[in-house]
Amino acid sequence: MTVTLFIPCFIDALYPRAGISMVEILERLGHTVICPEKIACCGQPPFNSGYWDEARTIAAPVLEQLKDAEAIVIGSGSCGAMVKKFYPELFAKTPHAELAKQVASRTWEFSDFLVNKLGVTDLGAKFPHKVTYHDGCHGLRELGIKTSPRALLGKVGGLQLVEMKDEICCGFGGTFSAKFPMISTAMGEVKCNNAVETGADYIVSGDSSCLMHIQGLLSRQGKPIKTISLAEVLNHQ
Amino acid sequence: MSTFVSEFKTAATRVTGDARQRQFIRTALGNYEIARDKRKASFQSWESARQAAAETKWQAINHLDTHLESLVAKLEARGTKVHWASNATQAREIILKIVTDKKARSIIKSKAMTSEEIHLNDALEHAGFTVAESDLGEFIVQLRHEPPYHIVFPSMHLTRDQIRDLFQKELGDAPSNSPEDLTMVARRVMRQKYIEADIGFTGGNFAIAETGMISITENEGNARLTAALPKTMITLLGIEKVLPRFSDLALFLPMLATAGAGQPMTCYNTMYSGPRQPGECDGPEEWHVVLLDNRRTELLADPEQRDALHCIRCGACLNVCPIFRNVGGHTYGTTYSGPVGSVITPHLRGLQDWKHLSNASSLCGACTEACPVKIDLHHHLLHNRRNASMSEPSFFEKLAYKIFGMVANEPVFWSLAKKIGWLTQPLQRAVKGSALDPAKAWTKTRDLPTQPLESFKDWWRNRK
Repeated sequence: MTVTLFIPCFIDALYPRAGISMVEILERLGHTVICPEKIACCGQPPFNSGYWDEARTIAAPVLEQLKDAEAIVIGSGSCGAMVKKFYPELFAKTPHAELAKQVASRTWEFSDFLVNKLGVTDLGAKFPHKVTYHDGCHGLRELGIKTSPRALLGKVGGLQLVEMKDEICCGFGGTFSAKFPMISTAMGEVKCNNAVETGADYIVSGDSSCLMHIQGLLSRQGKPIKTISLAEVLNHQ
Repeated sequence: MSTFVSEFKTAATRVTGDARQRQFIRTALGNYEIARDKRKASFQSWESARQAAAETKWQAINHLDTHLESLVAKLEARGTKVHWASNATQAREIILKIVTDKKARSIIKSKAMTSEEIHLNDALEHAGFTVAESDLGEFIVQLRHEPPYHIVFPSMHLTRDQIRDLFQKELGDAPSNSPEDLTMVARRVMRQKYIEADIGFTGGNFAIAETGMISITENEGNARLTAALPKTMITLLGIEKVLPRFSDLALFLPMLATAGAGQPMTCYNTMYSGPRQPGECDGPEEWHVVLLDNRRTELLADPEQRDALHCIRCGACLNVCPIFRNVGGHTYGTTYSGPVGSVITPHLRGLQDWKHLSNASSLCGACTEACPVKIDLHHHLLHNRRNASMSEPSFFEKLAYKIFGMVANEPVFWSLAKKIGWLTQPLQRAVKGSALDPAKAWTKTRDLPTQPLESFKDWWRNRK
């Protein structure tokens, strides 16, 4: 099938390896991938800050770009939640209301798409490391994605998955991390400590924005654990 | 910046820098979570129970007028005096008039967050009355002259040693730091207060419209004594506490205990239906029930956030909230802290003054997942943010998002922005964390990722 891949702005600019891995995986599975040049951001930053008019200014062209897409795959649980869950609310009672609902129904988060749409778990990847998985809150609680990434990691050769003790937020929260840095940092510290306690070599996540926050703290504090996106692990041979 | 937000930020900075307090709260609430999960497992289906509770509260709140009429008619039929208070001032005046008319001197209280909401103790003490809290946690924070730290566990932030020292200083008695010894000291002091009290004051957990009963839940038996010993009893509760039927308690009592404290049932659950009736040998001679609105009807008028009135004040959302766990209860500066406090305080005390609480969230949704009556808590934080930005937008934030929108919508600008970001990285690194650093809020405690020269879109274009 033709997969329209929506690469979020921060993956485009900061973590291209995660996006490239998604393209390579989907193509290896025999699908045609297209990445609309005109889509940069889903509009979540203004939406979460309460500036819904400005969010619609960004999101409406996104909807137009995705109008005819067969399947839309987003490389982030957070941006996935924005399109799938919040677009219908953002565009309620506007001319885009119906389109927003249609696009939402055809949108998938990357791991969810692989497991629940394509029915694939074994991608032939090898990653001989001990890892722990961080659930981004939007993917986990807005989209209910919990088992898909674990099913995928379960088939990665040589990989050992150890769970952290709590299912808690990493403290990123978009603009929250800059508006209330002391709280965001404190939450991140708890997350990093939980991850270090597992003895894992890597923290893996489907949300690169969470990993940006976690890695930012790990680097500053010199903690002995690294971060990597789920797509890169699944694309590792 | 309003005083409230700067006070919040100052307190948040202090508590997040206090590793001991954060660890203490995290451990206590971690233990709660273990107990709660154990008790949740004893429900046939916790999710179905939540759904049933949410539907019952929906019915209660969406037909609040008829339920309240029924409740009041039933209460009055058995001789209870019912008072309606539109706001905190009125509620205080009503209560002050009752205690003044009774020529009372001393009031014994069981736990009631509504009394915190209307600042009742200050008003009573200011008018010359003696007020004694009888819930152990409330008794402790009253001795410290501070508000409750948590709506269910008022003194959870204190160690046994701190309580021993407090008792030693304020009561002159604390043989050890053991809970038994400390409780015996408090009990001895309280018993005297009970004997002296002319008025017993309580809150209420549920008000049953069908039978005209107020249900009070407690673990210490102090609310029972408060209701039983003094000749006059006053109960203050919010109008949203209504449940339609007596049988609803079969669900709500275990649910409140499990969600709130990880208990199968709270130790004492008492339903009060009136003052002492002819031929009865105990109970108060007079019972006054004060029903408090205090802007709850404004929340009722908001169809989007009306479900915030479902709240049964169990504290489950506070317990799981990573913000609460890291900033603690006092930081909020509100009667109701944690997620539900952040949702309702802007409605109760003004959106612009209290919108920062809705911004101080990563929107992780742990609260919504924990809420036993399924209040859409974290989405309401988003709604508060939207309402605040719509009515009083920040000029700079709005402008920034407009510019961001123009850049994001135009591929040439977006590519240019990435190139500028890449080119200015060395400059940013040179001033990292200093006052000159535009990303200071981030870089003070965290490193920024290194931006590669080739973005994903560059790669995509090049491979074609």
